[in-house]
Amino acid sequence: MSENADQILPHGRVLRYPFLERLNHWIAAGSYIYLLLTGLAFWSPWCFWIAGLLGGGQISRTLHPWAGLFFFYAVVRMYGYWAPQMKSSESDKQWWRSLGFYIQNQDDKMPPAGRYNAGQKALFWSFFYGALVLLLTGLVLWFPERIPWSFRWVRYTSIFLHPVAALATIANFMIHIYMSVFAERGAFGSVIRGDVSLEFAKRYHPGWYEEIMRRSATPRK
Amino acid sequence: MSQATLRVQKISGHAGSVPGEDTQRQFTVAKLIDTTTCIGCKACEVACVEWNDMPFSATEFGNSYQTMPETRWNYWNLILFNEHEKEDGSLMWLMRKNQCMHCAEPGCLEACPSDGAIIQYTNGIVDFQQDKCIGCGYCITGCPFNIPKFNKETKRVYKCTLCTDRVSQGLEPACIKSCPTGCLHFGSKDDMKELAETRAKQLREHYNFPNAGVYDPPGVGGTGVIYVLHDATQPELYGGLPKNPSIPLSVKLWKGPLKWLGNVAMVGGLIGLFVHYLRFGPKDRDEELKDSSEGVKP
Repeated sequence: MSENADQILPHGRVLRYPFLERLNHWIAAGSYIYLLLTGLAFWSPWCFWIAGLLGGGQISRTLHPWAGLFFFYAVVRMYGYWAPQMKSSESDKQWWRSLGFYIQNQDDKMPPAGRYNAGQKALFWSFFYGALVLLLTGLVLWFPERIPWSFRWVRYTSIFLHPVAALATIANFMIHIYMSVFAERGAFGSVIRGDVSLEFAKRYHPGWYEEIMRRSATPRK
Repeated sequence: MSQATLRVQKISGHAGSVPGEDTQRQFTVAKLIDTTTCIGCKACEVACVEWNDMPFSATEFGNSYQTMPETRWNYWNLILFNEHEKEDGSLMWLMRKNQCMHCAEPGCLEACPSDGAIIQYTNGIVDFQQDKCIGCGYCITGCPFNIPKFNKETKRVYKCTLCTDRVSQGLEPACIKSCPTGCLHFGSKDDMKELAETRAKQLREHYNFPNAGVYDPPGVGGTGVIYVLHDATQPELYGGLPKNPSIPLSVKLWKGPLKWLGNVAMVGGLIGLFVHYLRFGPKDRDEELKDSSEGVKP
């Protein structure tokens, strides 16, 4: 039996993330956390102890690029799953204008969001492009000795852009964790068990909620 | 505490102070290479390979004396042969012994993330500690002279040690010892500078090299290897010796402003999110019970 996204489940719940999307999310999360920890070790001497904790500097250096490939693979899968849903809509501009209300938890004053609100869309795209930059610069940093001397500017660019892109994703990552674990209760469960309550859908994604309701009203073929 | 620790004045990837910083009075040492008296005999290359017990490195034949294009992980000292045509059409053979320059402000050490993998002794020698090297190759990017070389088998980086084992015992480096023409000298940086300037003056005044001068680039704080060049205004002629080398700008930006900005942003972000939670709390405070239970029926 396969799971379908947006399928209404018993007890007033709706499936937000089918199994493969959840699995993929945790491939990304697991590899990202490893990349973050080893990356921080290489970022600052004050964090180099983390590399020791994870088996030493050599092991961290060896596995960091491979974890990067896993992460990028998962991000590409995410693109396949979610990119169509992440297209910006008219109400997104309105959403950004009302960001202050969102921050102050006055969600009733927010324009109704669809399956994803504008902030989530921005998070998705900055993670996507961040991962792309990290991959390209990371490949250069993986094999710096293979870059000919006359192309050393490629190394110079990569060594700077890699941490810049990493910092951008770290900002995303912190907001992502905060929103999903602390701010929106029920969001974390959606990426573990896959479902959210209809209450949750109605509260945070009214557009999506209406869509589900409309679809459930029309009989399936 | 061992004397050896006190002889260290800079440590790569190191948090906190350095044990030897300004605690010992030592000469800064330097090699002086007078390119005008080098005959390209490669005795220094052989001495380097011999003293450091390095395995054979295959040479390449390209109708020239240039046996390989650049230094290798197991070939730290290489003479670069350059045929230079002068303005009057006559030929000049420029030969330069290339090796680690032992910069006072080393780009390799600056870029290295691994604690203690690159150290600078109080006598100025920059040395790689391969047991602490993690093989990231950042030193390769940090070096403006293309010196650190990666070994694919050991996954570590190697370069000239300025024979720190010999120097610590009061001997000159192996390359210096082997030079038959006396174009290589070794001593304190001050003495070598003085000797180099004297030689450059002689070249200018008596040998018709009006541009003769000393190569001791200030962009990297001066180097532990200085050259006397026939034409100090064109160091590039000598196998691409950079005119004004410095640590690459992107490395400086990354290790300087970006690091500060990033650290402030990361710590600030964590504090900001925590304070936000204290001030506003979760979004569904009033409905959390409802949400975690059965929810509403459609």
